[in-house]
Amino acid sequence: MSSTATTFDSAAPRKTGPHAFIWRLRNGDQVAHIVTLVFAASILLITSLVVYELWINSHLSRAKFGWTFFWTRTWDPIFDNFGALPYIYGTLVTSAVALVIAVPLGLAAATFLAELAPRTLSDGIAFLIDLLAAVPSVIYGLLGIFVVVPLMRTVIGPALKTAFGFLPIFQGPNYGVGFLTAGIILAIMVVPFIISVSREVLLTVPRDQREAALALGATRWEATWKVVIPWARAGIMGSVFLALARALGETMAVTMVIGNANNISVSLFSPGDTIASTIANQFGEAAGDLYLSALVELGLVLFLITFILNGLAQLMIIATERGRGRA
Amino acid sequence: MKRAALIWRKSLNVIMLTLTGVSALVVVSVLFLILGYLLWNGGKSLNWAFFTELPKPVGEAGGGMANAIVGSLKLLGLAAAIGLPIGLLAGVYLAEFGGKTFSFIVRYTTDILNGVPSIVIGIFAAAVAVLPFKHFSTAAGGFALGIMVIPITVRGTEEFLRAVPVSLREGAMALGASRWRTIATVVLPAARGGIITGMLLALARVAGETAPLLFTAFNNRYWSPGWGQPTASLTVVIYTYATSAYDDWHRQAWAAGLVLLGLVLVANVGTRLAVSRGGAARGV
Amino acid sequence: MSEMASPSPGKEQVAAKLTPKVRTEGGVPNTSGKETPVRFNISGLNVFYGTKQAVFDLHLKIPVNKVTALIGPSGCGKSTFLRTLNRMNETIRNARFEGAILLDDQDITKMDVVGLRRRVGMVFQRPNPFPKSIYENVAYGLRINGYKGRLSELVEQSLRRAALWDEVKDYLHKSALALSGGQQQRLCIARALAVDPEVLLLDEPCSALDPVTTAKIEELMFQLRDSCTMAIVTHNMQQAARASDYTAFMLDGKLIEHNETSRLFTTPSDPRTEAYITGRFG
Repeated sequence: MSSTATTFDSAAPRKTGPHAFIWRLRNGDQVAHIVTLVFAASILLITSLVVYELWINSHLSRAKFGWTFFWTRTWDPIFDNFGALPYIYGTLVTSAVALVIAVPLGLAAATFLAELAPRTLSDGIAFLIDLLAAVPSVIYGLLGIFVVVPLMRTVIGPALKTAFGFLPIFQGPNYGVGFLTAGIILAIMVVPFIISVSREVLLTVPRDQREAALALGATRWEATWKVVIPWARAGIMGSVFLALARALGETMAVTMVIGNANNISVSLFSPGDTIASTIANQFGEAAGDLYLSALVELGLVLFLITFILNGLAQLMIIATERGRGRA
Repeated sequence: MKRAALIWRKSLNVIMLTLTGVSALVVVSVLFLILGYLLWNGGKSLNWAFFTELPKPVGEAGGGMANAIVGSLKLLGLAAAIGLPIGLLAGVYLAEFGGKTFSFIVRYTTDILNGVPSIVIGIFAAAVAVLPFKHFSTAAGGFALGIMVIPITVRGTEEFLRAVPVSLREGAMALGASRWRTIATVVLPAARGGIITGMLLALARVAGETAPLLFTAFNNRYWSPGWGQPTASLTVVIYTYATSAYDDWHRQAWAAGLVLLGLVLVANVGTRLAVSRGGAARGV
Repeated sequence: MSEMASPSPGKEQVAAKLTPKVRTEGGVPNTSGKETPVRFNISGLNVFYGTKQAVFDLHLKIPVNKVTALIGPSGCGKSTFLRTLNRMNETIRNARFEGAILLDDQDITKMDVVGLRRRVGMVFQRPNPFPKSIYENVAYGLRINGYKGRLSELVEQSLRRAALWDEVKDYLHKSALALSGGQQQRLCIARALAVDPEVLLLDEPCSALDPVTTAKIEELMFQLRDSCTMAIVTHNMQQAARASDYTAFMLDGKLIEHNETSRLFTTPSDPRTEAYITGRFG
């Protein structure tokens, strides 16, 4: 019946030569399974190693300072006394400034893209905003130093002082660098994340929600603000958390414009430092085990904060995707 | 009274909606501002010397960044060699072989790794590859970047492998192909475009990283032979030059910034266009 | 291979006791009185997806070089049954079967599954050509099974057997995805034929195709009959009546009737068969 029966032997592929034994491995599937599993497991290994190294190498500092690390102001490599409060303060302030600017801006832009713009325009602009997210941090820093800092010193700072100079946050000398400048740059860096996630989340809001509001006589803005955005609230919050996580870990751009001073000040014009910028500035030249250990502890803190924030962000985004199940 | 309220609501409507459009415009214009500044300031400083010469002694004008360019290429190469295979095979595992719980753990961990700030990765790489040897090295820098490549590659690979329809796999298996054969000869080739895109995007992302290199590969004013010496890299040099006091270095920083951004944007735009066109044409 | 395969005596007695009182026991039912050689001998087949049972105690003999059609309403288990024959169900988690399936007297569970699938080919409901060239699609099975010889010849031969050669001979290196639906399905048939299977399983191969293409494929099956045993699952009763030698009717996972096609359609033994073929349900 099959004239070419002799062409195939039972089933095993019949290659000859040095590679034959590999090809003839009956358990090819098992080998593939194990090999890929090993590589997948290596990710677990690497991540655990990261946590482990952070923990171990911060041991000296944790042992010596304990919890006081978090509320001591001195950071003194010469006398081996380290307290992270200024850097925690700097991190929080710059992130807060960044969010204050980026959240309204990003949410507004996302709303425009999801609700008002025709689909092709929306996709096109979203594409450009994704490109913005791809710009390296050091380039933001470059523009920060040579464009934003002078601008802050000559235009923005004076303008703010004129208009809001009675507020303590806008008092004090303005050198161009400082918390505000860093916050502005951070805002630009994180706004693409807010826009991209919020836009997607807004696009999933069911049409009938919007239409129900409009049918009741709401203006487009009212429908958007009072119905659509609240529906997507969880996802939008998630995008904010994501943005915050990014902002906290941002290093280069911040280092280049924050002024690098160990400083706690109410004035936003004041120079300061963040956790990330401190590590960046000092780790390469740190001599002394305790000094290094303190810097590693800073890294550990940063890791933990971003870990928690990212986890929360994921949860919130999933919550919106699953729908609120209200109606 | 009602008339007034209605007019107010309508005006508010127009104002707010206009503001949203303005916001989008503001954000997009930032991109063009960045490009514009770089083109203007960097373009005039870009010359042949930039690409071929080593930096001149501090304070002297002129010179180039040949060593930084080569250094960045070496670092990227090492990052690719470390991160891409792990990412690809782990992605294959998750898409093709994974058991439910273990896959969940792997994916969750990958997301954690993805979210770690790059400077913390730098600390890790320094702790593992620099401190024990007491000197900076290209290998340590490549190692740090390699770790960052992994999560992006895993996610991309898994996503595109899953997109290959079951019918293709069944077709191969019905012909007598074993699972690994099916994956290697049908599924992976079918997902090839998307996977390569993901890899290129991952590399483009780490090419722009500075923080992890600050205390692994450090910096170098000369060539860095082999893998055991510290090396200059485009990003670190931009940082160093920009924060320095010399105008000539500022000028070179702009040029380098232009080159770097150009490469990153070309990679991003190019790969995205390729995916959208390629996927449709192949009808997969 | 010219004698009817027989299961061990014990099994046959059990089978005889359990089968419904329709002409399915003994041998392949036929009117000529001669013994018809059997390619697949299935007895006591039960197929499960987890705890859900899809096929109940099925006994069937599939004769050599004939076309056997499997008909029945949606969900009656005919596709499940078909996929068990080349162990494709193993790709689904929780799928398992009990009972004996013998291919030429060999228990298929004891065979190497790769070898089994080379001998028993399958064509699916929707054409699923690989995103490769036409040539590479047909050559795929040959390559992975270690064929030694001139690939181009076999590729041409398979494309001719599938009545596709003339249409594609100048475009062998074009992507298979550029073909029309009907051409793609014939390509899948050519691909399956390339490894020279003894049995070809077709799972509703024409359901996604237009009538003209369907006719082409039925003609193909007619020509292949002498060299290949075929089992086709079909929703289209006219197709079953036209294109097959034997027909088996399934309902709710059980085999209700199995007979020569002409007899089953003109004088069905079971009232349920009659109800189905006259269109009263399904």
